[in-house]
This record gives sequence, C-alpha cells and structure tokens, in this order.
Amino acid sequence: MKIAVCVKYVPDATGDRHFEDDKTVDRVGVDGLLSELDEYAVEQALQIKEKAESADDVEVTAICVGPEAAVDAVRKALQMGADQGVHVVDDAIAGSDAIATSLVLAKVIEKDAYDLVMCGMASTDGSMSVVPAMLAERLSLPQLTLASKVETQGDQVRIQRDGDVATEVVGGTMPLVISVTDQSGEARYPSFKGIMAAKKKPLETLSLSDLGVDAGDVGLSVAWTEVEETTARPPREAGEIVKDEEGSGAKALADFLAAKKFI
Amino acid sequence: MSQILVVVDHAEGAVKKPTYEMLTLAARVGEPSAVFIGPKDKGSEVAEAVKKYGAGTVYVVDDAELKGYLVAPKAEALQQIIEQVSPGAVLIASSAEGKEIAGRLAIKTGSGLITDAVDLEADGDTPVTTQSVFAGSYTVKAKVTRGTPIITVKPNSATPQEAEGAGTVEEVSVTVSDAAKGAQIVASQPRKATGRPELTEAAIVVSGGRGTGGKFEPVEDLADALGAAVGASRAAVDSGWKPHSYQIGQTGKTVSPQLYIAAGISGAIQHRAGMQTSKTIVAVNKDEEAPIFELVDFGVVGDLHTVLPAVTEEVKQRKG
Ligand SMILES: Cc1cc2nc3c(=O)[nH]c(=O)nc-3n(C[C@H](O)[C@H](O)[C@H](O)COP(=O)(O)OP(=O)(O)OC[C@H]3O[C@@H](n4cnc5c(N)ncnc54)[C@H](O)[C@@H]3O)c2cc1C
Repeated sequence: MKIAVCVKYVPDATGDRHFEDDKTVDRVGVDGLLSELDEYAVEQALQIKEKAESADDVEVTAICVGPEAAVDAVRKALQMGADQGVHVVDDAIAGSDAIATSLVLAKVIEKDAYDLVMCGMASTDGSMSVVPAMLAERLSLPQLTLASKVETQGDQVRIQRDGDVATEVVGGTMPLVISVTDQSGEARYPSFKGIMAAKKKPLETLSLSDLGVDAGDVGLSVAWTEVEETTARPPREAGEIVKDEEGSGAKALADFLAAKKFI
Repeated sequence: MSQILVVVDHAEGAVKKPTYEMLTLAARVGEPSAVFIGPKDKGSEVAEAVKKYGAGTVYVVDDAELKGYLVAPKAEALQQIIEQVSPGAVLIASSAEGKEIAGRLAIKTGSGLITDAVDLEADGDTPVTTQSVFAGSYTVKAKVTRGTPIITVKPNSATPQEAEGAGTVEEVSVTVSDAAKGAQIVASQPRKATGRPELTEAAIVVSGGRGTGGKFEPVEDLADALGAAVGASRAAVDSGWKPHSYQIGQTGKTVSPQLYIAAGISGAIQHRAGMQTSKTIVAVNKDEEAPIFELVDFGVVGDLHTVLPAVTEEVKQRKG
C-alpha cells in the first residue's frame, strides 16, 4: 500500500505573522515549521503502516509544496517515520492559493498510484480547510474528511466524522482522500533514532517542469482571487480589570453587562 | 442584475439563521435566490421562510439520492444549477461541510473561492468580501477574479433584513455520478439538542476552560441566565468535560457573538483564533497575568466558582 501525506510549511503561529507588500503571507521572514495539524495526518499514516502485517508493505511518502525552507516540513515527517519525501519547490509557486496548491499536489500524487492521500484538517495559517476536498475533486477520488478516527481493513476505510450536526461513520474503498482532525490522536515526537534515520531517507526535489505544470497556472499573478487590501486590526483598547474582593467582582461585572444592555 | 445563489443552511428543512444573513448580503450585490437541497416535501415551507428575506427564486433539489454520501453529490448538484442559472456568485454557510462543498465546486467550475467571509459589499456587480485572518489580527478585503465567485460566509456576518421576495419554487432535477458516491455515510448519530442557542449563531457565548476543574455548572447556569450558548477550550474538551462540538478555537468553532465570556481560560493563541472577533469580551480568571486579559473589555480577577454564581444571581435579579 502506498500512502501520500500532504504536509505544509507554515509560519510559526506563536511568532509575529504578517503580510508582505504584495499582500501575500510572509513565509520567509518568520520561522516556519511543519503545520501541527499535518502532524496528525503523518501520525495516522504511520499507525496504518505499523498495523500492517509487514510494515514494509506500506510506504509513506510526505509531500510538500513550498519554498526552500519548507523542506524542513518534509524532514520532520521523515523523522517521525515517513519512508520518503517529495518537495516541490519553484519560484513560480510563490503566492499560490489553495486552487494552485491543490493542482501541484495532485500532479505529484498522479505520478504514483497511491491508495491513500492523507491531509491535516486545515493549515495553521491559511486555515481554509479546502485543500483535501479540492484534491479529491482533482483526483476524482472520494473524500473521507475530518476524521477523528480512521480504520482500514484491506482496501476498505471507515472514519468517524464529527460533523456539524451529527457524528457520522463514513466508509469508502481505496483509493481515496482522508483528512484527520486533532482529535485523531496525539502525534509522536521524532525519536533520536528517527532523526538519525531520516538523514538517509530518499528526499526528492521537483520543479514545476518536472511535473508538467505550466508556471502560468500557479503563483500569485494567476490566483483566482485577488486581495484588495489588508489591514492590521487596531489593538483592542485596554479594558477595565477589577479584582474580586468578597463579591465586588460579580457586582462590577453585572453593572458592566447592564451598562452594555446585555441584561 | 444577476442572481446570487444562497445555499440554504437548514436541518431537515428547518431554515437556520445564517441563511437569512446570507440573503441579506446577497441583496447588496444582486438578486438573491435560494437553493434548497433537502427533502422535496419541505420545499414550499422553506420557500415561505426565505421569501421573507428577499429570495426571488427558490431552487429545490430533492436530496433523496444525495444525502447518503459525503459532500461530492451536493457539489455536483450545485454545479448543474450554476450551469443553468449563471449566477453572479454563490454563497454557502462556512460550516465544515459548506467549505468542502465550496472547494469541490470551485475546481469543478474553474472558479475562485473565498472562505470565511465576515462581510460582503458590492463593487459594481462584483462581491468584495471581508475576512478576518491570523487569529483576528488582520482584516483582508478580496474578490474573486475568475469564474463564478464562490464564497463561504461565517454566521453572524450580517443582521438579517426582511425584504419581500417572490419565493417562486423551481424544482431542479440533478444527476449524481457514481464517482460522487464513493464516500458513503454508514451511520449517523445526530447531536443531542442542548436547548441552548447554536454556538456559532448565539448572540452571547459563555465558555469554560481548564480552570473550571470539570465543574461546568457555574458556566452553564450563567449561560442559561443570559440565554447564551456554552463553549469550551480545548483543554476542557481534551479532559472529556465537554464534547468536541463545544470547542472554540482554531480546531474547533469560530464564534463572533455580541458578548463572549471566558471563564478559567488562559487565552492561548489557538483559542483566540476562535473568539477574537467577538464584539465585547469578558474574562474571569484567577491569574491576573493570564493573556486573555489583553483582549478583554472587562475582566474580573477572581475564582470563577464564586464569581460566576454571584453574577448569575445578579443577572437573574436584574432581569426580574
Ligand atoms: C494545533 C493546535 C490547535 C489548538 N486548537 C485549540 C482550539 O481550537 N481551542 C482551544 O481552546 N485551544 C486549542 N489549542 C490549545 C491551546 O494551545 C491551549 O492549550 C488551550 O486553549 C488551553 O485551554 P485553557 O485556557 O482552558 O487551559 P489553561 O491554559 O490551562 O488555562 C486555564 C486558566 O484557568 C485559570 N484558572 C484556574 N482555576 C481557576 C479558577 N478557579 N477560577 C478562575 N480561573 C481559574 C488559570 O489561571 C488559567 O489561566 C490548540 C493547540 C494546538 C497546538
């Protein structure tokens, strides 16, 4: 079985994230890392591998589209236990939106016959949560998305999906696209052994021309949406903070709520 | 003016508030029409409801053949309606499923997609959206430059405005490919009704975190006194005190109520991502250094187990 895990390199959420002059997210000037939400996808892929009769029967490939530094995201996945990595890097990709990113990912995935394509539930930066659905559409595959549990048996997959109004069990036959939530189980930390082993794992670097993607189909200038302006939200005005002393806090809060006409 | 399609957000034919908000936004850019994908026999009931908010045509797609599968059949149905109607834009509620439908639809129709819009205005006949990004620290205005703008809209993005529409029902039959039936819903357990307002739609939300120590009554009692929804931090969800459907934040729900009260929540960036755009923010936390206090309009440094019950009493008394 072949599993592709799509991993994204994102600016560190605890850092100072901002926009550049061309209104794209600054992905170079701030420290980046493997999107934490994609670690859950790597974890689930590794668990499928470990549950297989022979781990050698399952091959996990981490795929990342992003700038030079994004190779760190692939490396992290390799350290966790993925077998090999693919990093698509090309100047033309800068500023690509989900539509273009899903195109490039689909081209990588089409090169090989993957049984499962696994993604995180969203990126920790763009947070559109649409790439898995777009990938499924581009690859003409069913999607078992937002899984809090994943079970496979032969070529059958069942997931639990905590949907908007119901908890559902959704089933399908491979090949298909899965996305997993942060409820699916803690992602492992790379072990020292994993970190050493990762250095010897194959890591392929591809350009758009290697994939037969026209540079004119990706990047900021051809994005299907256009950002008109970005404005930093003015910092909230400092509020009033009171210390509760023998019931004074509750009274002050009730006064505040009444003044604001909530009661 | 072209039609702006609003995909009706509903539960078994009961129309939800975001639908009216989207119709109100749609009227700013074109002629609002509704698309109802659901049980056919509810079509006229839905039409009655949405015409009060300006829906001209109500396209009714019977979901008998669609509802057993995840996402893909609905995207196919919408694609077929887009081909027939050539709308100026399509608005879909920003739920998890709504966004996935929108993602597939964008690829199918070669259209640009904007997710999580919190406002919409017209630039001529082009919708310009406002989004709130990076945990609410930036506002972005954008528009779609290719195909049919597909826009997912967050709840509470507009105040629904009544407007008389024709509400003409038009039944649409769609064909669903076998490929779209690959993800089959095998079992479905509807979430238990709480009797409280829906989290994402509520005007007031009261949330509890690790600081509750698992004792949520003070949070729930205050919520009930205020007619509010109850939320939770991930720490409270991970501890098993509340189901994941209560979680507010990056990997839970995003809320934007008039009033958000955080009790025993420290205010981690991932939590902020889900509540920072609330109009008024209040926190009760015993640690005066807690980062949540950076956000608040009003904060009480104190023990939630004594402060909240006392506030609840005050609220009850003042409400009479
Ligand atoms: C990828 C990722 C995604 C995440 N997604 C989310 C998300 O969607 N939502 C989310 O909430 N978190 C999310 N988190 C977790 C987040 O980082 C925090 O760990 C979490 O929000 C902390 O929850 P808390 O504030 O309840 O707990 P804590 O940070 O432990 O804070 C508890 C607070 O309660 C106060 N307190 C204790 N006792 C009392 C008392 N008796 N009275 C009053 N105050 C008291 C303490 O002073 C403290 O400030 C995510 C993390 C990651 C890495």
